[in-house]
Amino acid sequence: MGMTMTQKILAAHAGLDSVKAGQLIEAELDLVLGNDITTPVAIDVMKGIKKDTVFDREKIALVMDHFIPNKDIKSAENCKCCREFALKHEITNYFDVGKMGIEHALLPESGLTVAGDCIIGADSHTCTYGALGAFSTGVGSTDMAAGMATGKAWFKVPSAIRFNLTGKPSKWVSGKDVILHIIGMIGVDGALYRSMEFTGDGIKNLSIDDRFTIANMAIEAGGKNGIFPVDDIAIEYMKSHGNRPYKIYEADSDAVYDEEYTIDLSELKPVVAFPHLPENTKTVDDIKERITVDQAVIGSCTNGRISDLRIAAEVIRGKRIADNVRCIVIPATQKIYLRALEEGLIKDFIEAGAIVSTPTCGPCLGGYMGILAKGERCISTTNRNFVGRMGDTESEVYLASPAVAAASAVAGFITAPEV
Amino acid sequence: MKAKGRVFKYGDNVDTDVIIPARYLNIQDKKELSSHAMEDIDKDFVRNVEKGDIMVARRNFGCGSSREHAPMVIKESGISCVIADTFARIFFRNAINIGLPILECPDAAEFISAGDEVEVDFDTGVITDITTGRSFNAEPFPEFMQKIINSNGLVGYINS
Repeated sequence: MGMTMTQKILAAHAGLDSVKAGQLIEAELDLVLGNDITTPVAIDVMKGIKKDTVFDREKIALVMDHFIPNKDIKSAENCKCCREFALKHEITNYFDVGKMGIEHALLPESGLTVAGDCIIGADSHTCTYGALGAFSTGVGSTDMAAGMATGKAWFKVPSAIRFNLTGKPSKWVSGKDVILHIIGMIGVDGALYRSMEFTGDGIKNLSIDDRFTIANMAIEAGGKNGIFPVDDIAIEYMKSHGNRPYKIYEADSDAVYDEEYTIDLSELKPVVAFPHLPENTKTVDDIKERITVDQAVIGSCTNGRISDLRIAAEVIRGKRIADNVRCIVIPATQKIYLRALEEGLIKDFIEAGAIVSTPTCGPCLGGYMGILAKGERCISTTNRNFVGRMGDTESEVYLASPAVAAASAVAGFITAPEV
Repeated sequence: MKAKGRVFKYGDNVDTDVIIPARYLNIQDKKELSSHAMEDIDKDFVRNVEKGDIMVARRNFGCGSSREHAPMVIKESGISCVIADTFARIFFRNAINIGLPILECPDAAEFISAGDEVEVDFDTGVITDITTGRSFNAEPFPEFMQKIINSNGLVGYINS
Protein backbone atom coordinates (compact mmCIF):
# COMPACT_ATOMS: atom_id res chain seq x y z
CA MET A 1 0.00 0.00 0.00
CA GLY A 2 1.40 3.40 -0.97
CA MET A 3 2.15 6.24 1.37
CA THR A 4 0.86 9.80 1.44
CA MET A 5 3.31 12.70 1.26
CA THR A 6 3.11 13.18 5.03
CA GLN A 7 3.67 9.48 5.70
CA LYS A 8 6.78 9.50 3.50
CA ILE A 9 8.34 12.39 5.41
CA LEU A 10 7.52 10.75 8.74
CA ALA A 11 8.93 7.38 7.63
CA ALA A 12 12.18 9.02 6.53
CA HIS A 13 12.52 10.83 9.86
CA ALA A 14 11.78 7.67 11.82
CA GLY A 15 14.43 5.73 9.87
CA LEU A 16 11.80 3.38 8.45
CA ASP A 17 11.18 2.21 4.87
CA SER A 18 7.46 2.62 5.30
CA VAL A 19 4.83 3.54 7.85
CA LYS A 20 1.08 3.14 7.92
CA ALA A 21 -1.77 5.14 9.43
CA GLY A 22 -2.17 4.56 13.16
CA GLN A 23 1.43 3.44 13.71
CA LEU A 24 3.25 5.05 16.64
CA ILE A 25 6.71 6.27 15.68
CA GLU A 26 9.55 8.34 17.06
CA ALA A 27 10.83 10.87 14.55
CA GLU A 28 13.99 12.99 14.33
CA LEU A 29 13.22 16.71 14.28
CA ASP A 30 14.71 19.35 11.98
CA LEU A 31 13.35 22.28 13.96
CA VAL A 32 11.70 22.85 17.35
CA LEU A 33 9.91 26.14 17.77
CA GLY A 34 8.38 28.12 20.62
CA ASN A 35 7.10 31.61 21.33
CA ASP A 36 6.99 33.97 24.31
CA ILE A 37 3.87 32.28 25.73
CA THR A 38 4.75 28.61 25.31
CA THR A 39 8.55 28.71 25.77
CA PRO A 40 8.56 29.76 29.45
CA VAL A 41 6.36 26.74 30.23
CA ALA A 42 8.75 24.51 28.22
CA ILE A 43 11.76 25.95 30.06
CA ASP A 44 10.06 25.06 33.33
CA VAL A 45 9.40 21.52 32.03
CA MET A 46 13.05 21.17 30.97
CA LYS A 47 14.09 21.69 34.57
CA GLY A 48 12.39 18.38 35.32
CA ILE A 49 14.26 16.52 32.57
CA LYS A 50 17.56 15.04 33.72
CA LYS A 51 19.45 16.73 30.91
CA ASP A 52 20.36 20.39 30.98
CA THR A 53 21.45 20.68 27.37
CA VAL A 54 19.67 21.17 24.06
CA PHE A 55 20.01 18.64 21.25
CA ASP A 56 21.17 21.17 18.65
CA ARG A 57 21.37 24.90 19.32
CA GLU A 58 20.89 25.63 15.59
CA LYS A 59 17.68 23.61 15.31
CA ILE A 60 15.68 25.50 17.91
CA ALA A 61 13.82 28.71 17.10
CA LEU A 62 12.48 30.96 19.84
CA VAL A 63 10.32 33.78 18.55
CA MET A 64 9.04 36.58 20.76
CA ASP A 65 5.83 37.55 19.00
CA HIS A 66 2.64 37.18 21.00
CA PHE A 67 2.84 39.90 23.65
CA ILE A 68 5.80 41.94 22.45
CA PRO A 69 7.00 44.65 22.62
CA ASN A 70 6.18 43.62 26.21
CA LYS A 71 2.59 44.58 26.90
CA ASP A 72 2.97 44.42 30.67
CA ILE A 73 5.34 43.39 33.46
CA LYS A 74 4.40 39.70 33.38
CA SER A 75 4.97 39.53 29.61
CA ALA A 76 8.31 41.27 30.09
CA GLU A 77 9.28 38.61 32.62
CA ASN A 78 8.29 35.83 30.21
CA CYS A 79 10.45 37.30 27.44
CA LYS A 80 13.31 37.79 29.90
CA CYS A 81 13.07 34.12 30.83
CA CYS A 82 13.28 33.14 27.11
CA ARG A 83 16.15 35.56 26.48
CA GLU A 84 18.20 34.14 29.35
CA PHE A 85 17.52 30.58 28.20
CA ALA A 86 18.59 31.47 24.65
CA LEU A 87 21.79 33.05 25.93
CA LYS A 88 22.60 30.17 28.26
CA HIS A 89 22.16 27.53 25.55
CA GLU A 90 23.54 29.76 22.76
CA ILE A 91 20.38 29.32 20.69
CA THR A 92 21.19 30.62 17.20
CA ASN A 93 17.66 31.39 16.12
CA TYR A 94 16.42 33.63 18.88
CA PHE A 95 14.23 36.45 17.58
CA ASP A 96 13.58 39.41 19.85
CA VAL A 97 12.33 42.97 19.26
CA GLY A 98 14.00 44.35 16.14
CA LYS A 99 14.54 40.94 14.57
CA MET A 100 11.19 39.40 15.33
CA GLY A 101 8.08 38.82 13.35
CA ILE A 102 5.09 36.54 13.68
CA GLU A 103 6.72 33.12 13.89
CA HIS A 104 4.96 31.42 10.98
CA ALA A 105 5.78 34.24 8.59
CA LEU A 106 9.27 34.80 10.01
CA LEU A 107 10.69 31.26 9.94
CA PRO A 108 10.00 30.49 6.26
CA GLU A 109 11.19 34.00 5.38
CA SER A 110 14.42 33.28 7.31
CA GLY A 111 14.97 30.04 5.39
CA LEU A 112 14.55 27.90 8.50
CA THR A 113 11.72 25.74 7.16
CA VAL A 114 12.12 23.84 3.91
CA ALA A 115 10.52 20.98 2.00
CA GLY A 116 11.01 17.56 3.56
CA ASP A 117 11.56 18.90 7.09
CA CYS A 118 9.92 17.41 10.17
CA ILE A 119 9.06 20.30 12.48
CA ILE A 120 7.23 20.68 15.78
CA GLY A 121 6.27 23.98 17.33
CA ALA A 122 4.60 24.94 20.56
CA ASP A 123 2.03 26.93 18.64
CA SER A 124 -0.98 25.43 16.93
CA HIS A 125 -0.34 27.24 13.63
CA THR A 126 3.00 25.49 13.15
CA CYS A 127 1.20 23.57 10.38
CA THR A 128 1.88 26.62 8.13
CA TYR A 129 5.16 25.21 6.75
CA GLY A 130 3.29 22.51 4.87
CA ALA A 131 2.98 25.18 2.18
CA LEU A 132 6.63 24.45 1.34
CA GLY A 133 6.23 20.67 1.49
CA ALA A 134 7.39 20.17 5.08
CA PHE A 135 5.68 18.08 7.75
CA SER A 136 5.02 20.51 10.56
CA THR A 137 2.58 20.35 13.42
CA GLY A 138 1.63 22.13 16.61
CA VAL A 139 2.37 20.61 19.99
CA GLY A 140 2.38 21.77 23.60
CA SER A 141 5.18 22.99 25.82
CA THR A 142 6.07 19.56 27.22
CA ASP A 143 6.59 18.18 23.69
CA MET A 144 8.63 21.28 22.93
CA ALA A 145 10.80 20.70 26.00
CA ALA A 146 11.28 17.03 25.12
CA GLY A 147 12.05 18.05 21.52
CA MET A 148 14.64 20.62 22.64
CA ALA A 149 16.29 18.07 24.94
CA THR A 150 16.23 15.01 22.69
CA GLY A 151 15.64 16.20 19.12
CA LYS A 152 12.82 13.70 18.81
CA ALA A 153 9.04 13.53 19.11
CA TRP A 154 6.49 10.74 19.12
CA PHE A 155 3.73 10.73 16.51
CA LYS A 156 0.80 8.62 15.58
CA VAL A 157 1.08 8.36 11.79
CA PRO A 158 -1.98 10.14 10.38
CA SER A 159 -4.27 9.06 7.59
CA ALA A 160 -5.15 11.78 5.11
CA ILE A 161 -7.88 13.63 3.28
CA ARG A 162 -7.02 14.71 -0.25
CA PHE A 163 -8.21 18.04 -1.62
CA ASN A 164 -7.85 18.15 -5.38
CA LEU A 165 -7.76 21.82 -6.39
CA THR A 166 -8.56 22.73 -9.98
CA GLY A 167 -9.08 25.96 -11.91
CA LYS A 168 -8.01 29.51 -11.23
CA PRO A 169 -9.48 31.72 -8.51
CA SER A 170 -11.09 34.94 -9.69
CA LYS A 171 -9.98 38.43 -8.65
CA TRP A 172 -10.44 39.03 -4.88
CA VAL A 173 -10.60 35.29 -4.14
CA SER A 174 -7.53 34.20 -2.18
CA GLY A 175 -6.10 31.34 -0.12
CA LYS A 176 -8.20 32.51 2.84
CA ASP A 177 -11.40 31.94 0.88
CA VAL A 178 -10.18 28.49 -0.18
CA ILE A 179 -9.49 27.34 3.37
CA LEU A 180 -12.62 28.95 4.88
CA HIS A 181 -14.65 27.24 2.16
CA ILE A 182 -13.05 23.89 3.07
CA ILE A 183 -13.57 24.36 6.83
CA GLY A 184 -17.18 25.34 6.16
CA MET A 185 -17.55 22.14 4.15
CA ILE A 186 -15.90 19.62 6.51
CA GLY A 187 -16.30 21.37 9.88
CA VAL A 188 -13.90 22.33 12.68
CA ASP A 189 -13.20 18.66 13.42
CA GLY A 190 -13.56 17.44 9.84
CA ALA A 191 -9.87 16.57 9.59
CA LEU A 192 -9.35 15.60 13.24
CA TYR A 193 -6.04 13.72 13.75
CA ARG A 194 -5.53 13.61 9.95
CA SER A 195 -3.39 15.23 7.27
CA MET A 196 -4.93 17.57 4.75
CA GLU A 197 -3.05 16.96 1.49
CA PHE A 198 -3.62 19.45 -1.29
CA THR A 199 -3.04 18.37 -4.88
CA GLY A 200 -4.15 19.25 -8.39
CA ASP A 201 -3.57 21.61 -11.30
CA GLY A 202 -5.15 24.52 -9.48
CA ILE A 203 -2.21 24.78 -7.09
CA LYS A 204 -0.12 26.52 -9.72
CA ASN A 205 -2.65 29.35 -9.58
CA LEU A 206 -2.08 29.85 -5.85
CA SER A 207 0.79 32.08 -4.73
CA ILE A 208 3.10 30.84 -2.00
CA ASP A 209 1.41 33.30 0.37
CA ASP A 210 -1.99 31.79 -0.50
CA ARG A 211 -0.57 28.36 0.32
CA PHE A 212 0.83 29.56 3.65
CA THR A 213 -2.66 30.82 4.53
CA ILE A 214 -4.28 27.51 3.56
CA ALA A 215 -1.78 25.29 5.40
CA ASN A 216 -1.89 27.67 8.40
CA MET A 217 -5.58 27.01 8.99
CA ALA A 218 -5.44 23.20 8.67
CA ILE A 219 -5.62 23.17 12.47
CA GLU A 220 -8.98 25.00 12.32
CA ALA A 221 -10.38 21.86 10.69
CA GLY A 222 -8.73 19.76 13.41
CA GLY A 223 -5.96 18.63 11.04
CA LYS A 224 -2.58 17.39 12.18
CA ASN A 225 -0.94 19.10 9.23
CA GLY A 226 -1.69 20.59 5.84
CA ILE A 227 0.73 19.94 3.01
CA PHE A 228 1.32 20.98 -0.59
CA PRO A 229 3.41 19.30 -3.28
CA VAL A 230 6.69 21.07 -4.03
CA ASP A 231 6.57 22.90 -7.37
CA ASP A 232 8.59 25.66 -9.05
CA ILE A 233 6.81 28.34 -7.03
CA ALA A 234 7.80 26.67 -3.73
CA ILE A 235 11.36 26.03 -4.95
CA GLU A 236 11.78 29.63 -6.03
CA TYR A 237 10.57 30.80 -2.60
CA MET A 238 12.98 28.51 -0.74
CA LYS A 239 15.95 29.45 -2.94
CA SER A 240 15.35 33.16 -2.48
CA HIS A 241 14.97 32.90 1.30
CA GLY A 242 17.88 30.73 2.38
CA ASN A 243 20.31 28.04 1.44
CA ARG A 244 19.30 25.04 3.51
CA PRO A 245 19.00 21.99 1.27
CA TYR A 246 15.45 20.82 0.76
CA LYS A 247 14.14 17.38 -0.07
CA ILE A 248 11.10 16.70 -2.19
CA TYR A 249 8.74 13.91 -1.18
CA GLU A 250 5.80 12.93 -3.34
CA ALA A 251 2.77 10.87 -2.43
CA ASP A 252 2.72 7.40 -3.99
CA SER A 253 0.27 7.02 -6.85
CA ASP A 254 -1.46 4.26 -4.88
CA ALA A 255 -1.56 6.17 -1.60
CA VAL A 256 -4.82 5.65 0.25
CA TYR A 257 -6.94 8.59 1.39
CA ASP A 258 -9.85 8.47 3.86
CA GLU A 259 -11.76 10.97 1.77
CA GLU A 260 -11.24 12.98 -1.42
CA TYR A 261 -12.73 16.30 -2.43
CA THR A 262 -12.39 18.22 -5.66
CA ILE A 263 -12.68 21.99 -5.48
CA ASP A 264 -12.88 24.18 -8.57
CA LEU A 265 -11.14 27.37 -7.48
CA SER A 266 -12.80 29.34 -10.28
CA GLU A 267 -16.18 28.77 -8.66
CA LEU A 268 -15.19 30.11 -5.23
CA LYS A 269 -16.46 33.45 -3.95
CA PRO A 270 -15.21 35.58 -1.04
CA VAL A 271 -16.12 33.79 2.21
CA VAL A 272 -16.77 35.05 5.74
CA ALA A 273 -16.82 32.86 8.89
CA PHE A 274 -19.42 34.08 11.36
CA PRO A 275 -19.03 33.90 15.15
CA HIS A 276 -18.13 31.74 17.00
CA LEU A 277 -16.56 28.99 14.89
CA PRO A 278 -14.47 29.06 11.70
CA GLU A 279 -16.94 26.55 10.17
CA ASN A 280 -19.83 29.04 10.26
CA THR A 281 -19.17 30.20 6.73
CA LYS A 282 -21.20 32.14 4.21
CA THR A 283 -20.17 33.68 0.92
CA VAL A 284 -20.33 37.46 1.02
CA ASP A 285 -22.98 37.24 -1.72
CA ASP A 286 -25.20 35.26 0.64
CA ILE A 287 -25.08 37.84 3.44
CA LYS A 288 -28.38 39.62 3.12
CA GLU A 289 -28.27 41.69 6.30
CA ARG A 290 -26.06 44.72 6.88
CA ILE A 291 -23.44 43.70 9.44
CA THR A 292 -21.71 46.84 10.68
CA VAL A 293 -18.19 46.58 12.09
CA ASP A 294 -16.35 48.56 14.77
CA GLN A 295 -12.89 47.27 13.91
CA ALA A 296 -10.98 45.66 11.06
CA VAL A 297 -7.75 43.74 11.66
CA ILE A 298 -5.48 42.99 8.70
CA GLY A 299 -2.50 40.86 9.73
CA SER A 300 -1.57 37.69 11.71
CA CYS A 301 0.28 34.47 10.87
CA THR A 302 -2.62 33.72 8.54
CA ASN A 303 -2.74 36.93 6.50
CA GLY A 304 0.05 39.37 7.40
CA ARG A 305 2.31 38.69 4.41
CA ILE A 306 3.26 41.08 1.64
CA SER A 307 0.64 39.84 -0.85
CA ASP A 308 -2.01 40.28 1.83
CA LEU A 309 -0.93 43.87 2.45
CA ARG A 310 -0.79 44.57 -1.30
CA ILE A 311 -4.36 43.36 -1.74
CA ALA A 312 -5.60 45.36 1.26
CA ALA A 313 -3.79 48.49 0.04
CA GLU A 314 -5.23 48.07 -3.46
CA VAL A 315 -8.73 48.11 -1.96
CA ILE A 316 -8.09 50.96 0.48
CA ARG A 317 -5.88 53.22 -1.69
CA GLY A 318 -7.39 56.65 -2.22
CA LYS A 319 -10.41 55.89 -0.06
CA ARG A 320 -11.21 56.58 3.62
CA ILE A 321 -11.77 54.08 6.41
CA ALA A 322 -15.43 54.48 7.42
CA ASP A 323 -16.29 56.68 10.39
CA ASN A 324 -16.44 54.69 13.61
CA VAL A 325 -14.25 51.87 12.23
CA ARG A 326 -10.79 51.29 13.67
CA CYS A 327 -8.63 49.69 11.01
CA ILE A 328 -5.46 48.03 12.34
CA VAL A 329 -2.86 46.77 9.86
CA ILE A 330 -0.08 44.52 11.19
CA PRO A 331 2.73 43.48 8.82
CA ALA A 332 3.84 40.04 10.02
CA THR A 333 7.61 40.61 9.97
CA GLN A 334 10.12 43.47 9.90
CA LYS A 335 11.03 42.57 6.30
CA ILE A 336 7.39 42.64 5.21
CA TYR A 337 6.95 45.97 7.02
CA LEU A 338 9.96 47.44 5.21
CA ARG A 339 8.82 46.10 1.86
CA ALA A 340 5.36 47.57 2.41
CA LEU A 341 6.98 50.87 3.28
CA GLU A 342 9.11 50.80 0.11
CA GLU A 343 6.10 49.94 -2.03
CA GLY A 344 4.12 52.83 -0.56
CA LEU A 345 1.51 50.56 1.03
CA ILE A 346 2.04 51.98 4.53
CA LYS A 347 1.34 55.46 3.14
CA ASP A 348 -1.86 54.16 1.54
CA PHE A 349 -3.03 52.74 4.87
CA ILE A 350 -2.18 55.79 6.95
CA GLU A 351 -3.66 58.25 4.46
CA ALA A 352 -6.88 56.25 4.46
CA GLY A 353 -7.10 56.49 8.24
CA ALA A 354 -5.82 53.04 9.21
CA ILE A 355 -3.05 52.48 11.73
CA VAL A 356 0.03 50.32 11.14
CA SER A 357 1.55 48.33 14.01
CA THR A 358 4.89 46.70 14.62
CA PRO A 359 4.73 42.91 13.99
CA THR A 360 2.82 41.11 16.75
CA CYS A 361 0.14 38.46 17.24
CA GLY A 362 -1.52 41.07 19.49
CA PRO A 363 -5.25 41.29 18.79
CA CYS A 364 -5.65 37.88 17.11
CA LEU A 365 -5.71 36.14 20.48
CA GLY A 366 -7.04 39.05 22.48
CA GLY A 367 -3.59 39.94 23.80
CA TYR A 368 -3.41 43.66 23.09
CA MET A 369 -3.35 46.18 20.20
CA GLY A 370 -7.06 46.08 19.45
CA ILE A 371 -9.15 44.41 22.16
CA LEU A 372 -12.92 44.48 21.67
CA ALA A 373 -15.44 45.82 24.20
CA LYS A 374 -18.75 44.12 25.00
CA GLY A 375 -21.02 44.16 21.97
CA GLU A 376 -18.30 45.21 19.50
CA ARG A 377 -17.74 43.52 16.18
CA CYS A 378 -14.55 42.99 14.19
CA ILE A 379 -13.88 41.80 10.66
CA SER A 380 -10.51 40.12 10.84
CA THR A 381 -8.04 38.31 8.62
CA THR A 382 -6.98 36.19 11.62
CA ASN A 383 -7.80 32.51 12.14
CA ARG A 384 -10.17 32.06 15.10
CA ASN A 385 -13.48 33.60 16.06
CA PHE A 386 -14.14 31.71 19.29
CA VAL A 387 -16.10 33.29 22.16
CA GLY A 388 -13.93 36.01 23.71
CA ARG A 389 -11.06 35.43 21.30
CA MET A 390 -10.40 39.14 20.69
CA GLY A 391 -11.81 40.58 23.88
CA ASP A 392 -15.08 40.58 25.77
CA THR A 393 -17.08 37.33 25.67
CA GLU A 394 -19.92 39.31 24.12
CA SER A 395 -17.80 40.70 21.29
CA GLU A 396 -17.81 39.13 17.82
CA VAL A 397 -15.12 38.23 15.29
CA TYR A 398 -15.89 37.60 11.62
CA LEU A 399 -13.05 35.92 9.70
CA ALA A 400 -12.30 36.91 6.12
CA SER A 401 -9.61 37.60 3.53
CA PRO A 402 -7.57 40.83 3.40
CA ALA A 403 -9.70 41.98 0.43
CA VAL A 404 -12.96 41.55 2.34
CA ALA A 405 -11.56 43.03 5.58
CA ALA A 406 -10.27 46.06 3.69
CA ALA A 407 -13.49 46.58 1.72
CA SER A 408 -15.50 46.24 4.94
CA ALA A 409 -13.27 48.75 6.74
CA VAL A 410 -13.99 51.26 3.99
CA ALA A 411 -17.73 50.52 3.80
CA GLY A 412 -18.31 50.22 7.56
CA PHE A 413 -20.11 46.91 7.08
CA ILE A 414 -19.16 43.45 5.81
CA THR A 415 -18.75 43.47 2.06
CA ALA A 416 -16.36 42.37 -0.69
CA PRO A 417 -14.57 44.63 -3.19
CA GLU A 418 -16.52 45.14 -6.40
CA VAL A 419 -15.33 42.93 -9.22
CA MET B 1 -6.24 3.62 39.39
CA LYS B 2 -9.71 5.04 39.82
CA ALA B 3 -11.35 8.47 39.75
CA LYS B 4 -14.64 9.40 41.33
CA GLY B 5 -16.50 12.68 41.42
CA ARG B 6 -19.35 14.92 40.33
CA VAL B 7 -19.71 15.84 36.68
CA PHE B 8 -19.29 19.23 35.02
CA LYS B 9 -20.85 18.89 31.56
CA TYR B 10 -20.12 20.90 28.41
CA GLY B 11 -21.00 20.69 24.70
CA ASP B 12 -19.14 20.46 21.36
CA ASN B 13 -15.95 22.34 20.43
CA VAL B 14 -14.97 23.62 23.87
CA ASP B 15 -11.92 25.61 22.76
CA THR B 16 -8.74 26.44 24.64
CA ASP B 17 -9.65 30.14 24.57
CA VAL B 18 -12.63 29.50 26.85
CA ILE B 19 -10.73 26.94 28.96
CA ILE B 20 -8.09 29.57 29.70
CA PRO B 21 -8.43 32.93 27.90
CA ALA B 22 -5.26 34.33 26.31
CA ARG B 23 -5.52 37.48 28.41
CA TYR B 24 -4.21 35.39 31.33
CA LEU B 25 -1.40 33.64 29.44
CA ASN B 26 1.19 36.03 30.81
CA ILE B 27 0.62 34.37 34.23
CA GLN B 28 3.09 31.59 35.01
CA ASP B 29 1.91 30.70 38.53
CA LYS B 30 -0.28 27.59 38.13
CA LYS B 31 -2.57 28.39 41.07
CA GLU B 32 -3.22 31.96 39.95
CA LEU B 33 -3.73 30.77 36.35
CA SER B 34 -6.19 28.06 37.36
CA SER B 35 -8.33 30.59 39.24
CA HIS B 36 -9.47 31.60 35.71
CA ALA B 37 -10.17 28.07 34.44
CA MET B 38 -13.30 27.82 32.24
CA GLU B 39 -14.07 31.46 33.06
CA ASP B 40 -15.47 32.41 29.65
CA ILE B 41 -17.80 29.40 29.38
CA ASP B 42 -18.71 28.71 33.03
CA LYS B 43 -18.11 31.51 35.51
CA ASP B 44 -19.14 29.29 38.46
CA PHE B 45 -16.74 26.42 37.64
CA VAL B 46 -13.85 27.57 39.81
CA ARG B 47 -16.15 28.23 42.76
CA ASN B 48 -17.94 24.89 42.53
CA VAL B 49 -15.25 22.41 41.49
CA GLU B 50 -13.97 19.99 44.12
CA LYS B 51 -10.94 17.74 44.03
CA GLY B 52 -11.73 14.55 42.10
CA ASP B 53 -14.58 15.98 40.03
CA ILE B 54 -14.96 14.86 36.43
CA MET B 55 -15.40 16.90 33.26
CA VAL B 56 -17.57 15.51 30.46
CA ALA B 57 -17.93 17.16 27.06
CA ARG B 58 -18.89 16.28 23.50
CA ARG B 59 -16.93 16.52 20.22
CA ASN B 60 -13.53 18.13 19.62
CA PHE B 61 -12.80 19.11 23.23
CA GLY B 62 -9.81 21.46 23.55
CA CYS B 63 -9.76 22.69 19.95
CA GLY B 64 -7.77 25.76 19.00
CA SER B 65 -4.51 26.90 20.49
CA SER B 66 -1.63 24.63 21.54
CA ARG B 67 -1.45 26.25 24.98
CA GLU B 68 -0.56 23.60 27.53
CA HIS B 69 -2.02 26.01 30.06
CA ALA B 70 -5.44 24.51 29.09
CA PRO B 71 -5.02 20.94 30.40
CA MET B 72 -2.79 22.38 33.13
CA VAL B 73 -5.56 24.57 34.64
CA ILE B 74 -8.09 21.72 34.39
CA LYS B 75 -5.71 19.42 36.27
CA GLU B 76 -4.74 22.13 38.76
CA SER B 77 -8.40 22.90 39.50
CA GLY B 78 -8.81 19.35 40.82
CA ILE B 79 -10.48 17.62 37.87
CA SER B 80 -9.46 13.94 37.93
CA CYS B 81 -10.50 12.97 34.40
CA VAL B 82 -11.97 14.44 31.21
CA ILE B 83 -14.34 12.33 29.12
CA ALA B 84 -15.40 13.42 25.63
CA ASP B 85 -16.61 12.06 22.29
CA THR B 86 -13.31 13.25 20.78
CA PHE B 87 -10.44 15.54 21.72
CA ALA B 88 -8.62 18.02 19.51
CA ARG B 89 -5.24 16.47 18.77
CA ILE B 90 -2.92 18.97 20.46
CA PHE B 91 -5.04 18.94 23.63
CA PHE B 92 -4.96 15.13 23.52
CA ARG B 93 -1.14 15.11 23.38
CA ASN B 94 -0.80 17.80 26.03
CA ALA B 95 -3.14 16.03 28.46
CA ILE B 96 -1.19 12.77 28.13
CA ASN B 97 2.13 14.60 28.34
CA ILE B 98 1.25 16.34 31.61
CA GLY B 99 -0.52 13.32 33.11
CA LEU B 100 -4.15 14.51 32.98
CA PRO B 101 -6.25 11.37 32.37
CA ILE B 102 -8.59 11.70 29.40
CA LEU B 103 -10.94 9.17 27.82
CA GLU B 104 -12.71 9.11 24.49
CA CYS B 105 -16.15 7.57 24.91
CA PRO B 106 -19.04 8.95 22.82
CA ASP B 107 -21.71 6.98 24.73
CA ALA B 108 -20.55 8.19 28.13
CA ALA B 109 -20.23 11.72 26.79
CA GLU B 110 -23.79 11.58 25.48
CA PHE B 111 -25.59 9.95 28.39
CA ILE B 112 -23.82 11.30 31.47
CA SER B 113 -25.48 14.45 32.83
CA ALA B 114 -24.19 17.45 34.76
CA GLY B 115 -24.10 16.76 38.49
CA ASP B 116 -24.06 12.94 38.15
CA GLU B 117 -21.71 10.97 40.40
CA VAL B 118 -19.31 9.09 38.11
CA GLU B 119 -16.55 6.57 38.72
CA VAL B 120 -13.79 5.80 36.18
CA ASP B 121 -11.56 2.74 36.32
CA PHE B 122 -8.50 3.57 34.21
CA ASP B 123 -7.20 0.01 34.18
CA THR B 124 -10.32 -1.43 32.57
CA GLY B 125 -11.62 1.72 30.83
CA VAL B 126 -15.02 1.23 32.50
CA ILE B 127 -16.93 4.44 33.25
CA THR B 128 -19.82 4.04 35.72
CA ASP B 129 -22.53 6.64 36.20
CA ILE B 130 -23.43 5.89 39.82
CA THR B 131 -26.42 8.26 39.69
CA THR B 132 -28.13 6.44 36.80
CA GLY B 133 -26.51 3.03 37.20
CA ARG B 134 -25.32 2.95 33.58
CA SER B 135 -21.81 1.93 32.66
CA PHE B 136 -19.77 2.52 29.53
CA ASN B 137 -16.56 1.13 28.04
CA ALA B 138 -13.88 3.53 26.81
CA GLU B 139 -11.20 2.45 24.36
CA PRO B 140 -7.99 1.65 26.26
CA PHE B 141 -4.87 3.66 25.31
CA PRO B 142 -2.18 2.08 23.16
CA GLU B 143 0.58 0.62 25.32
CA PHE B 144 3.03 3.42 24.48
CA MET B 145 0.67 6.13 25.69
CA GLN B 146 -0.20 4.09 28.77
CA LYS B 147 3.51 4.06 29.62
CA ILE B 148 3.64 7.85 29.43
CA ILE B 149 0.52 8.13 31.60
CA ASN B 150 1.93 5.64 34.11
CA SER B 151 5.13 7.71 34.29
CA ASN B 152 2.94 10.71 35.24
CA GLY B 153 3.65 12.37 31.91
CA LEU B 154 6.36 12.70 29.25
CA VAL B 155 9.02 14.08 31.60
CA GLY B 156 8.77 11.05 33.87
CA TYR B 157 8.81 8.80 30.80
CA ILE B 158 11.97 10.41 29.37
CA ASN B 159 13.71 10.28 32.76
CA SER B 160 12.89 6.60 33.17
